[in-house]
Amino acid sequence: MTNLLEVKNLTVKFPTRHGVFEAVRRISFSLGRERLGIVGESGSGKSMTGRAILRLIKSPGILEADYITLEGKDLLTLSEKEMRRVRGHRISMIMQDPKFSLNPVMRIGDQICEGYRLHARASRAEAKKKTLSMLETVLIRDPERVFNAYPHEMSGGMGQRIMIAMMLIPDPQILIADEPTSALDVTVQKEVLEIMDKLVRERGMGLIFISHDLNVVSAFCDRVLIMYSGRIVETCRADQLHEATHPYTVGLLNSIPQLEHPVDHLEVLQRDDAWSKDPSVSGIVETEEIA
Amino acid sequence: MSMSTELPQKSSSLYEWLTTDTPTSRKQARLSSWYRSWLELRSNPMAMFGIAILLALVLIAWFAPLLAPQSPFTQDLAARLTPPGEGGYILGSDSLGRDILSRLIYGSRITLYIVSLVALMAPIVGLFVGTAAGYLGGWIDVTLMRITDIFLAFPKLILALAFVSALGAGIENAVLAIVLTSWPPYARIARAETLTIRNADFIHAIKLQGAGALRIITRHIWPLCISSLVIRVTLDMAGIILTAAGLGFLGLGAQPPSPEWGAMISAGRKFILDHWWVATMPGLAIFIVSLAFNLLGDGLRDVLDPKKNSK
Amino acid sequence: MSQGNNAGIGLEHVNVWFGEHEERVDAVKDAGFAVPFGGSFGLVGESGSGKSTILRAITGLAPDWSGKISVLGQDLGQDRGKEFYSAVQMVFQDPYASLHPRQTVDRVLSEALSLHGFDTINDRIIKILDDVGLDQSFRFRWPHQLSGGQRQRVAIARALIIEPTILLLDEPTSALDVSVQAEILNLLTRLRTERGLTYLMVSHDLAVVGHMCSEIAVMNDGEIVEVLSVEDLRALKANHPYTRQLLDASVQKRKNE
Repeated sequence: MTNLLEVKNLTVKFPTRHGVFEAVRRISFSLGRERLGIVGESGSGKSMTGRAILRLIKSPGILEADYITLEGKDLLTLSEKEMRRVRGHRISMIMQDPKFSLNPVMRIGDQICEGYRLHARASRAEAKKKTLSMLETVLIRDPERVFNAYPHEMSGGMGQRIMIAMMLIPDPQILIADEPTSALDVTVQKEVLEIMDKLVRERGMGLIFISHDLNVVSAFCDRVLIMYSGRIVETCRADQLHEATHPYTVGLLNSIPQLEHPVDHLEVLQRDDAWSKDPSVSGIVETEEIA
Repeated sequence: MSMSTELPQKSSSLYEWLTTDTPTSRKQARLSSWYRSWLELRSNPMAMFGIAILLALVLIAWFAPLLAPQSPFTQDLAARLTPPGEGGYILGSDSLGRDILSRLIYGSRITLYIVSLVALMAPIVGLFVGTAAGYLGGWIDVTLMRITDIFLAFPKLILALAFVSALGAGIENAVLAIVLTSWPPYARIARAETLTIRNADFIHAIKLQGAGALRIITRHIWPLCISSLVIRVTLDMAGIILTAAGLGFLGLGAQPPSPEWGAMISAGRKFILDHWWVATMPGLAIFIVSLAFNLLGDGLRDVLDPKKNSK
Repeated sequence: MSQGNNAGIGLEHVNVWFGEHEERVDAVKDAGFAVPFGGSFGLVGESGSGKSTILRAITGLAPDWSGKISVLGQDLGQDRGKEFYSAVQMVFQDPYASLHPRQTVDRVLSEALSLHGFDTINDRIIKILDDVGLDQSFRFRWPHQLSGGQRQRVAIARALIIEPTILLLDEPTSALDVSVQAEILNLLTRLRTERGLTYLMVSHDLAVVGHMCSEIAVMNDGEIVEVLSVEDLRALKANHPYTRQLLDASVQKRKNE
């Protein structure tokens, strides 16, 4: 059995006045039915990677890759029209702030229904039923009320659950979550992660979880890619993240203050130019190995 | 351009000095930020086209005595209403036999005079009223904005007409009337900008350093409002020229025999069917200058938009 | 204003609200705590808990409050004078929003100095840039030429250049990457020792507050539910259920493995 998604030598560049800027540089990775974390700091290219998979790089940005295959089919060869069917139907994406992803003047229920009806050509009543049951699965206690509410009436945590419900209705095979919980409070964060985890597991989906938070990623994912200035510098099993060896990963982990281990002086990451020059580490794994 | 061919060495180091990310003096920081805006504007061909026309207009006004083939006032009744291209009248002559081209060239001085005075005065009035209302809020805001509304409630030309007829016809009074009718939109813009800025952290920060309202408005809010006003003024320029021309057309602006473009159209109106060029030529001049300002305004909007540059 | 005694910041029965009548929202209810001079105190809570509002009430940015707020032994009224602003300064959460987009670093710092009538402006700017770990080449840069961490250093320089004794820190590192956060927290720790500053720090991150502060107040829904020492916090000795829930959520991330 092959990987759900395989990306080979992906590069994203932007021409600027001072030459070409490469946001992502020749990275390769694969995704099976697993939870893959991509961690890195701002500007590391992690969000750009997520967008590149869906071919959502805006001009003048340039996307190059040997291939990006979804179940063996190369996404790069698809027309823009075919690509639109892939987005949302087979690969869904959840952004950091649900407020920017929902239409502020449309009822939440109508927005979800519309997406479903476009996808499944279902009747209005059928769509509503499906929507309500979906809202229930993301542990919204009063789906009828939420269905008739407007986005601004929702809290951040509620909004993110709605986004998850909306993105999962068409039964995609892959979910890309870009910092889905960074805007949320810690207590809410946990709930949202648990909901997402349960749904992804039950449906046997692949999840790409993009985050800057090493602790969340190590607790929540199966496998992690660590990105630095557009490259993958290290890959490891998520539960072994704290035994990582690359100086960047080690430096990042050490710079986080910890309640249980007080220090007078936090360790500061000493950046090394070599990190951004070394070739990217491959994140491709054959599915058998993961299990 | 000539700089780069004569002094390639110097100009390339000047280029570096201007585009550096690490300026070493206040002057360099300011100049390099202007230079970057200029580079961006230069990459917009339509805006450059507008600038070229306006530059030409300024040069024409400046060198009018040298460029004009004849005096704008000399009458030659024998050659009245000569069509363009005949008898040495490139753009024809008017009902008193005056050379239309010469009148247009001298008229550009009047147009520039009106436009620059209005462009200086109206936005400044608007800036004062708008930022004060927006920042201070409360009853000051209510009072100032209701006054603004009253001015906005009248059609521009009608209000200007009323002012001119009260003040008396003439070019200075026309300018004053146009200023009095055109400041309210600028006050509105300045107030809207101020409302979004006043709760920004950087304004809170300066407030916490003990700065008073006057200092905050003039030194911290004005610089951020000015770019949107500049854009708006350039886009309004066409309207200002047309209002001035309209007043001239109605005989309330520049007085004969002054070669104001609007007044020239007005004078040509009587002959529009048989002698089309008398009214058309000044109309074309107004059209070209208005277009130039609009193109420049569009380009400036791309360069100066504070929302784009804030990050 | 400076006094030799123990008084830094004191709050007693402070209420802060926004809006009037039916639209009134009580953001802070009956809050009280004391920060000794030279001490460092943390306020922890989730969004909407009122922690930032307390800072705004102290600085006068939130005008509607009642109760007693005292700074350096003096009670505050509705208006804050120059004297107050030269003793108390604040560092804001978002370094992208707290610097004027059209002012160079030099302009920001000299404006602060001229407001407080300092002389030798040039020397002071050179010194403060050095103190916050910025190279002199940063002096004439515009904010858009700086990274988030560099901007936050400028914001700290702006607050400290007029030599205050109290620094209010409103989530100073929450918008920054962890490696940059470490640099800024180290900088703040060093500056406090060097200058004998009093810190009042607001954060949603227990680990950050635990690293910086010796005493911590936990806020929930506008109320201070518990005040505890950093030793108790580290030993996870919390009495209030909400504090325990917060502790769980922030420690659990690591314990999951």
